[in-house]
Amino acid sequence: MADINKYRDKFPDKNPDGTNIIDMESQKFIKIWQGPQHPGITGNMSLELIIQGDEVLECKTHVGYLHRGFEKLMERRLFIQNFPLCIRIAVPEPDFNEYCYAATLEELAGIKIPDAAEWMRTLILEMSRLTSFLMHLGGQAGAFGLGVVAQWGNYVRDLMLDRFEEVTGGRVYRMHMPPGGVRGLTPDGFEGRMEETLRSIEATMRDIDKTMFDNAIFKRRTVGLGYIDPAIVDQYGVTGPNARAAGIPKDVRKDNPYLKYPELDFDVITATNSDIYTRTDLRRKEILLSVDLIRQIMTKMPKSGEYMAKMPNVLHWKIPKGETYVRAECTRGEYGYYTVTDGSGYPRRVNVRGPSYTHAVALMERLAIDCNIADTAGLMLSLHTYPPEIER
Amino acid sequence: MSLKDVLSPFLAWKHLFSPPVPIKKPLEREGAPRYRGFHQNDMESCIGCGTCETICQNAAIDMVPVEGIETTDGDSGLRPLIDYGRCCWCALCVDICTTSSLTMSNEHTWIDTDPDVFRFVPGAEKKPWDKNELGYRKPENYELYPTGRTLMEELAPEDRDKSFIEIVKGYSKEQAIKEADRCVECGICVATCPAHMGIPSYIAAVRNDDMEEALRVLYETNPMPEMCGRVCTHNCETVCAMQHKGDPLSIRWLKRYIADQVPSEKYKEILNADKVEQKDKKVAIIGAGPGGLSAAYYLKNLGYQVNVYEAMPKPGGMTRYGIPEYRMPYDQLDKDIDYIKSLGVKMHFNTRIGKDINFDQLHKDNDAVFAATGLHHGRSTRVDGTDHPMVFQAVDLLRKVTEGKTIEVAEKIVVIGGGNVAMDIARTLARFQNQKYGKVQLTLTSLESEDIMPADVEEIVESREEKVLIEPAWGPKDIKIEDNKIKGLSVVRCLSVFDKDGHFNPRFDNEETNFFEADMVVEAIGQGMDINYMTDTLKDKLEMTETRKVKVDTFCQSSIPWLFVGGDIIGGTDAITAIADGHRAAKGIDKFLNK
Repeated sequence: MADINKYRDKFPDKNPDGTNIIDMESQKFIKIWQGPQHPGITGNMSLELIIQGDEVLECKTHVGYLHRGFEKLMERRLFIQNFPLCIRIAVPEPDFNEYCYAATLEELAGIKIPDAAEWMRTLILEMSRLTSFLMHLGGQAGAFGLGVVAQWGNYVRDLMLDRFEEVTGGRVYRMHMPPGGVRGLTPDGFEGRMEETLRSIEATMRDIDKTMFDNAIFKRRTVGLGYIDPAIVDQYGVTGPNARAAGIPKDVRKDNPYLKYPELDFDVITATNSDIYTRTDLRRKEILLSVDLIRQIMTKMPKSGEYMAKMPNVLHWKIPKGETYVRAECTRGEYGYYTVTDGSGYPRRVNVRGPSYTHAVALMERLAIDCNIADTAGLMLSLHTYPPEIER
Repeated sequence: MSLKDVLSPFLAWKHLFSPPVPIKKPLEREGAPRYRGFHQNDMESCIGCGTCETICQNAAIDMVPVEGIETTDGDSGLRPLIDYGRCCWCALCVDICTTSSLTMSNEHTWIDTDPDVFRFVPGAEKKPWDKNELGYRKPENYELYPTGRTLMEELAPEDRDKSFIEIVKGYSKEQAIKEADRCVECGICVATCPAHMGIPSYIAAVRNDDMEEALRVLYETNPMPEMCGRVCTHNCETVCAMQHKGDPLSIRWLKRYIADQVPSEKYKEILNADKVEQKDKKVAIIGAGPGGLSAAYYLKNLGYQVNVYEAMPKPGGMTRYGIPEYRMPYDQLDKDIDYIKSLGVKMHFNTRIGKDINFDQLHKDNDAVFAATGLHHGRSTRVDGTDHPMVFQAVDLLRKVTEGKTIEVAEKIVVIGGGNVAMDIARTLARFQNQKYGKVQLTLTSLESEDIMPADVEEIVESREEKVLIEPAWGPKDIKIEDNKIKGLSVVRCLSVFDKDGHFNPRFDNEETNFFEADMVVEAIGQGMDINYMTDTLKDKLEMTETRKVKVDTFCQSSIPWLFVGGDIIGGTDAITAIADGHRAAKGIDKFLNK
């Protein structure tokens, strides 16, 4: 490998504060746009890159391609009508929107959901995490040319979607957690089919270990790349696996336990190297943890009982004045809903805190510097972002 | 990194020998049993309430008329049209459906080259999945609104069976708001109510605790809310969309709640009564019952000079002289009527038209006349023995009770009739029996079997609670009299009351007989009208319907242009119909006088 660093200190010249002097007129630099469609992200988002050779000197992130004004739309809809709307904020992992939205309303309206509903919600959220991780794993592998892992990941994800279909009646948008509880418990014989699916996932993960994590190409390209300094984790609002791979044990399931997580036995997984390989490996462990958690939930959750609280008429459901923030640990980090009510039949304000906002916009601008163009897609993926939640 | 890392990825090749994973025929893959697929709608049970349309956040549902579905009481005649260009399959429409007629099948493939077909009315347009038994249904014990009624407190049977204190106590604010919350605002009730009251609007006002607005809505169509809030036949509740999954809304009690909340001295201010421009033209109204009072109120609000002539010493008509005080306290009735009086309506009591004032004179003095004289003539079964002095007419007895006169109360009584008047007299007499003898020995017998008894269900229930013995499906044969004393009523089994065309034509089984012991018999089988106050020339000119009721047009105008007729004598059956007639007549008179 040629030592590129021996040319690096010549270009570009530095300002006294260490920033690059970039004179586009000098013809030493090229500005390129990567996106809005590109393999680095599930959705649409652009990177404006200034490169020298094939190295990125500056990166600006641009969003706005998916803006549908969800937060504003929610202010004009009845509380119940937002339940099928909010899920669209994160397509591969919609259930966290359902949960956080419903939980804020329940808290503000003083509704206690039945125990079985809490278990059911925990199950759905954990299944959702698992499918999201599987989808991401495929993308991460695909970005480095390992297309076959993407196929496998999506195949087992599909098996999990079958389980979703059985429980909730929907494959992608599950819509199973209206404010007040859930729409039903698990059907007969579900446990057996779930166990079968979990075993398929475990078997596939063993294959993926061999083809991805023990793969010279993947290792060469990802080890040492996209290093997140633990010192900037709080500064940049980094959460979830991105923070845990930097050695910071941030996990809402432990830090601020919700639903039935306190009754489940698990440890927060952390790592230290904080590069793409470490983050991906951490997510592999998270997949296995999810499988274990689903098994625990399946054993502990009740098979019958009340699953919906006594609701007022949702067509003119008014919630007293108040505000609250509810958060949950999604695959990408802290997912939160800040809801303000004013005593009317509509939310006054709903603010969605998606982890992608901090990861994709600010963090990416920093991490992309000095990175190779060919690696930007893989780098972006390693932050695991879904653009719709950046622009709610 | 090691040699292992170079070789290990080749393990993927082992899958060359694994079976392929794709589903070979994806179009034939069946959805899960709970799958939220294409909609199904059971056209028979759907009532077109439109709640699905209301909750749909995508505006994917429109209520449209459908061929073969008629608008009837309790059915708007509309059915949901679903636009699959907008639908997001959230199934909130299925969850909220008041009749559970709307469901989703587990079918998920539908291929067509014409985009317009994806806007369709499930159930009306036949689809292959119409009969699918699998698919999303509203889960059990999962409701997006409370289905049970907020019960109103009532006096216990033992606390009420000796007195005439009002039985129902009325809602508290919390109870009323809780009950009002159940309304889905479909408006099915508005179409059925004879007066087309703005029911969802006043219920919404209750929910928002805005009593002034609620009162304004009430008075738009009904100037006697205290009365209707207690004794209305509540056709609205019998069609209420909420009854399909639970109890119908307590619309009547909510109306009463509104009227009870607002003090009468605030009525004028709330209803803007002082801003009416007065006119010179005069209208005479015969009868101060609900029909007459309603016409008087709306005519006065249009600025006319209104004179009401009433034969009895007090206003209210049958609502005062026909309904016992435990259902309709007189002070509450007076609250309604006093307000109408306070607007400047002149009322002349103890004035019988045809006797105290000549009908021609009345016509001469006024520009138009509205007659709503009601049915006060009790009909008789005319079986043997009905001419005995201990055989009474229910309406006569009820009138005497209101007037404060003493009525005959025997130890054992039989009441003939299955309507509300029969219940009223039975329960009134039961109270007197309790006071006089300390026990109730009263049998109520009707031609109709219990399922088709015209009386309200709560009347039947409460009568039984008050120890009235109800014997349905018996036809009176004769009254046994020995030594000039009534011994009882012999009856035969009544098999059916109406023939297949719906005409009154009872069939009896003379083999099955029964005998109810009694010292006194009361007949309550209906009333007839008496329009002898009109002059003969006028009566000749007046056109009648086939059922011997006065014939009128939509605005209650009879074949004599200046004479408007309404209430029970044109075929109405209850107070709210009379109120609606009075309102329509007021509009008709206004139109007539401004020609």
